[in-house]
Amino acid sequence: MTKHTLSVTVENEPGVLSRVVGLFSGRGFNIFSLNVAPTLEKDVSLMTIVAEGDDNIVEQIVKQLRKLVPTIKVKDLTELKSVDREMVLLKVNAEDSKRAEILRIVDIFRCKVVDVSVDEVTIEVTGDQGKIGALVNLLTRFGIKEIARTGNVAMQRSMQLDL
Amino acid sequence: MKLTGAQILLKCLEKENVDVMFGFPGGAVIDIYDEIPKSSVEHILVRHEQGAIHAADGYARATGQVGVCLVTSGPGATNTVTGIATAYADSIPVVIITGQVPRALIGNDAFQEVDTVGITRPCTKHNYLVQDISELQSVLKQAFYLARSGRPGPVLVDLPKDVQQQLIEFDYPEDVSMRSYKPTKKPHIGQVRKVVKLLKNAKKPLFYTGGGVITSGSHEELTWLGKELNIPVTSTLMGLGAFPGDDDLFLGMLGMHGAYAANMAVNNCDLLLAVGARFDDRVTGKVDTFAPNATIVHIDVDPTSIQKNVSVHVPLVADCKSALAALKKETEATLGDFDWAESYGDWVEQVKGWAKEHPLTYIDDGEDIKPQYVVEKIYEITKGDAIIATEVGQNQMWAAQFYKYTKPNTLLTSGGLGTMGYGFPAALGAQRAFPDKLVIDIAGDGSIQMCIQEMMTAVCNKLPVKIVILNNGFLGMVRQWQELFYEKNYCSTCMDAQPDFVKLAEAYGAVGYRVTEKDKVESTLREAFAVDKPVIVDVRVTKEENVYPMVPAGASLTEMLLV
Repeated sequence: MTKHTLSVTVENEPGVLSRVVGLFSGRGFNIFSLNVAPTLEKDVSLMTIVAEGDDNIVEQIVKQLRKLVPTIKVKDLTELKSVDREMVLLKVNAEDSKRAEILRIVDIFRCKVVDVSVDEVTIEVTGDQGKIGALVNLLTRFGIKEIARTGNVAMQRSMQLDL
Repeated sequence: MKLTGAQILLKCLEKENVDVMFGFPGGAVIDIYDEIPKSSVEHILVRHEQGAIHAADGYARATGQVGVCLVTSGPGATNTVTGIATAYADSIPVVIITGQVPRALIGNDAFQEVDTVGITRPCTKHNYLVQDISELQSVLKQAFYLARSGRPGPVLVDLPKDVQQQLIEFDYPEDVSMRSYKPTKKPHIGQVRKVVKLLKNAKKPLFYTGGGVITSGSHEELTWLGKELNIPVTSTLMGLGAFPGDDDLFLGMLGMHGAYAANMAVNNCDLLLAVGARFDDRVTGKVDTFAPNATIVHIDVDPTSIQKNVSVHVPLVADCKSALAALKKETEATLGDFDWAESYGDWVEQVKGWAKEHPLTYIDDGEDIKPQYVVEKIYEITKGDAIIATEVGQNQMWAAQFYKYTKPNTLLTSGGLGTMGYGFPAALGAQRAFPDKLVIDIAGDGSIQMCIQEMMTAVCNKLPVKIVILNNGFLGMVRQWQELFYEKNYCSTCMDAQPDFVKLAEAYGAVGYRVTEKDKVESTLREAFAVDKPVIVDVRVTKEENVYPMVPAGASLTEMLLV
């Protein structure tokens, strides 16, 4: 079981999201995260889907996505050099004694504090899965009260250099 | 001049050369029904919407054209779901028009409202909710195009009542262009040459053909390849009729109830040419031991079929007709300097040996009427020149085994979904397409009761379909499983409380016969087939007869239970 990041361009027509999601649920495929938004082109949306499965399953997922009538293009970014980002909002316990340390971590991770109250801070972080995993890990001990994640968005790098 | 949505719909159907549709009216489609008498499209009123969709499907299978079905919103639409899933499983081109409540009421739990597009999304190739009259004509154009192109399938158009009443100029698009939908048609020539090379090196090639050969109309190419190159052919249930069933090279159906020779050939072949077939579990048995010695070539128009169930060595994504035509062209050029017939001579002898060793057969004790005997008699009387529809279960398997299909589009059967109740309404659709042909539904006493109400449709539309019930008083196939694998616990499979099928036929204004003696089978069938009315022939057959050969579910193809 590996995670694959799929970039799926679709016609932005009513019901297209449920067609995609229905494909996953109906065929027993696993979605880890899914992100959808419009593109520059009118009537076209981009979905970034992180799906889990062995090679055969991922091959089926890609083919089945391509088979959907509104699908324009499917790219498996896992096979390519790509930029992966996710944005996460974290609401963390922050009593006075802990606040300085939390702010230090915010600084090190180059995240932003977007809301503060007497005993909480809300942090905005953007990064790849590794960075977000590490931050969540570090903040857990203060007590994360709420978390909201966008799921991955990804894009193929312009230069596919093999350094 | 501006026309209403309802008028536009009928005009579009005329443009698509639709001469008949099967349907049932209701509040949400009353505007369309108001226009039908003014149109050249004939409407056949069924007695249940499931009958309408199966009839459209049967019409499509028999003609190769798109079948059309028209029903109302809510229950009208949901009653078609079984039939839509049936057509989807077998890749049959059907366009389903459903009425929908007015747009202002959508989402308000209005009377006879249901999310039709949502419900049918997983069992249609594509579906549409027409939100505005300006989309209607391009949606209909796309619906027909999608239904018949690529891997065909059912396409549904949900049409709100107020859109049916909106006005617009009639301007039906000539062409379809969809940037997101471009099915591959032509094969990659490099792959085709690879197949030819494999054929030259093979000693034991075998064609395994499916419904795709019939849908794409490539039976001539297949027949040429089989006969000229001396390659034996086995077929799925859906593929029967693509290669002449009375030819020496035809081994019969493979799989769970496949012929001994067919399953042995799969097990022993060194090159398996899968054409328009999808390695269904009813065909492969245990996947790990399926065609264990073979290089597998898979020709299919749908890339998702390839590598789905078995691993394929040479994939060839293309419409079967153009792929087989390309194979024909490439091999035709070698006929002078390569002796194909000689090359596979020993293999063909071996295969024929298996067929002789264990032919499809049954034990005829002389007393009871064996169901297989009835199917054989139907073949003898019709000489294969009939359209056969089947229900689902034992009747279907015997109809597949003991009738020889020599032409494509002559077997209408629910292969993928296994829908009981399919055969009779499908036969009506075929009979409407071919009024002069003999159309026979080979049925079981269980299945026939699922859509028997369509007898009224048959009688009042003068569709003289002949139903032959192989009546064993059981839901036979499940009973067979119970006998073999569940210690004869015949729970809920005994159907000995039955209607009087003869009187039932008569009640509808059709003709009924009952046969209880073996020596009356042939004469009664002959008499029944000569009647110019719908007929039920209720044949009382052996109660506990089994379908053999049988590969138990999950076993290898060579582990056959024989007669």
